[in-house]
Amino acid sequence: MSPLDRRTFLSRITVALSVFIAGLVGVPILGNLLAPLFRAPPDGFVEVAKVADFALGVTKLVSIRDQSPLAWAGQTADTALWVRRREDAGPQMFQVFNVNCTHLGCPVNWQASAKIFLCPCHGGVYYADGTVAGGPPPRPLFEREWQVSGDRLLVRQQPLPTVKQG
Amino acid sequence: MSVLRGIGKIPGQIASWLGERFELEDSVLAVLRHPVPRELERPVGWWYVFGSATLAVFVVQVATGVGLAMTYVPAPNSAYDSLQFISHDATLGAVVRGIHYFGAGAMVVLVLIHMTQVYLFGAFKFPREANWLSGSLLLLAVLAMAFTGQLLRWDQDAFWSIVVAAEQAAQAPLIGDWLAHLVVAGANVGGATLTRFYATHVFLIPAATFGLIGIHLYLVVKRGISEPPVAGVGVDRRTYRRRYEEILGRGIPFWPDAAWRDAAISAVVVVIVVVLAALIGAPALGRAPDPTVVIADPRPDWYFLGYFALLALIPPATEAIVIIGLPLLAFVFLFLVPIFWPDGERHWSRRPVAIAAVALPFIAYASLTVAGLQSPWVPLLEGANLPTSVTAGLEPQAARGAQLFTAKSCWACHQIDGSGGRKGPDLSHVAARLTRERLVARIAGGGGGMPAFAGSLAPQELDDLTTFLFTRK
Repeated sequence: MSPLDRRTFLSRITVALSVFIAGLVGVPILGNLLAPLFRAPPDGFVEVAKVADFALGVTKLVSIRDQSPLAWAGQTADTALWVRRREDAGPQMFQVFNVNCTHLGCPVNWQASAKIFLCPCHGGVYYADGTVAGGPPPRPLFEREWQVSGDRLLVRQQPLPTVKQG
Repeated sequence: MSVLRGIGKIPGQIASWLGERFELEDSVLAVLRHPVPRELERPVGWWYVFGSATLAVFVVQVATGVGLAMTYVPAPNSAYDSLQFISHDATLGAVVRGIHYFGAGAMVVLVLIHMTQVYLFGAFKFPREANWLSGSLLLLAVLAMAFTGQLLRWDQDAFWSIVVAAEQAAQAPLIGDWLAHLVVAGANVGGATLTRFYATHVFLIPAATFGLIGIHLYLVVKRGISEPPVAGVGVDRRTYRRRYEEILGRGIPFWPDAAWRDAAISAVVVVIVVVLAALIGAPALGRAPDPTVVIADPRPDWYFLGYFALLALIPPATEAIVIIGLPLLAFVFLFLVPIFWPDGERHWSRRPVAIAAVALPFIAYASLTVAGLQSPWVPLLEGANLPTSVTAGLEPQAARGAQLFTAKSCWACHQIDGSGGRKGPDLSHVAARLTRERLVARIAGGGGGMPAFAGSLAPQELDDLTTFLFTRK
């Protein structure tokens, strides 16, 4: 093993110190930047509206609000959902759909008279029960878990992307 | 008089003092006067100006970007209002925003022209491979700037574009979820999303761009500007450097012998950008962003329309691959160009495959852009109405059918006499090609992309509708 000469030693110390500085500063920065990736996704149920607000056989646009939004989030704390009241009571009472088309995520529009959901981006079409009626969507509209608590309808919160969920 | 003459000399004295203290003669001026091939004095020199023109517009983008950042508020609850203020109230705000918008388009166009010229002139070959690689990264930076910039417009369409971008990113294999969460900076588009896009657009990518431009220009000066290609004279790695030194021996200084053309074209480009900004202006903002309003038509600015159209036209099953795969493949190919073909023939007239490699993607992308502009796959969700030329003089039953045609959203996908969507077949003369039974079966049962309307049309309504459609002979 050849002895380390002075200049090689100093070069290595210099490079090592530089890497140390970068690491010291880089770890907190990267940690801060990547934190959203490791935060637990929103879960749990939030209130939508009174059950009585939904008439039988009607599909209605509602919105839920993020429970702990950033102060400057404005409208982005809201999420729209389509709620369809199927029955008076029981486990088949509601269908709650994400507004995102299962094709690429554009918001689908309910055409009340024609009883179809139409996607404005590529013309995906769904029937009232969320099944695909035509166009490119690969699968039915995503439904959300819901429950009735007292006289209120609650739905489960959900993260993007919706395309990976069932 | 002598006092005036003395004052007149002051600027020159300041210049020479600065030049001497900073030793500009040995540094900046030496670089500016680096020799370039003498052929650039001839008209062929006009082909060598597009890199400089891109740089000029980049400087314009930095200046107008700083100007916009003085007023723009990158918070979801204020961004739209601050943009409205810039566009309508701030003094010259609309012009600054317009310059930034047309400057972005000019960047994309100029970078592509520059790359095409370099490619067809074979200037990417030995010893300038690294110039090409750094240039490819700059193209990536320009496109990333264009994309993130559009989203900062933060209207309804920009908001949904981010949602769509996240959903598309999620389709990538393995890292999809991770990518999607990185795009929206959390679980959903929210308070953290816009500030991330903003910081990426104004700090992260520009910082990378400054660094890459530094590397690119360093290489341009170090490797020297390529001599115009001569058919039959290829690049031989053993002899090229010696031959190029001889060419530079008879060369001319870049400053000012060649630089004046760069300045001339840069001036033309910037004048065009400013005039467009003043006359046409940046695109008007759409509706305020609101996730609870589901009317949206997220579509990119014109230079991305071709890609947008491609995603609409390919079979849905291939989308997951094409969305990420095609751009990735294009860039990998771009990177490999100088590695695969570092030597040999440079002149485009002896490289028919190279011409095809430029022409075919350009033609394909232009066609896709036209398709994107027309977007025949988009159903019309608003303004359903049939012209009176169609509805005038109809029997009562057919008139009821015509009303159903708009009320039941047939109009969204089907045209009659130029009114209506174009996703489905034109029904102007549908009675001439379908029997009444086939028509009824098709409406009730759907098929071929068409929904079945049996559940939403009463028998009487179906009869009215077909009666109306049967007037279309």
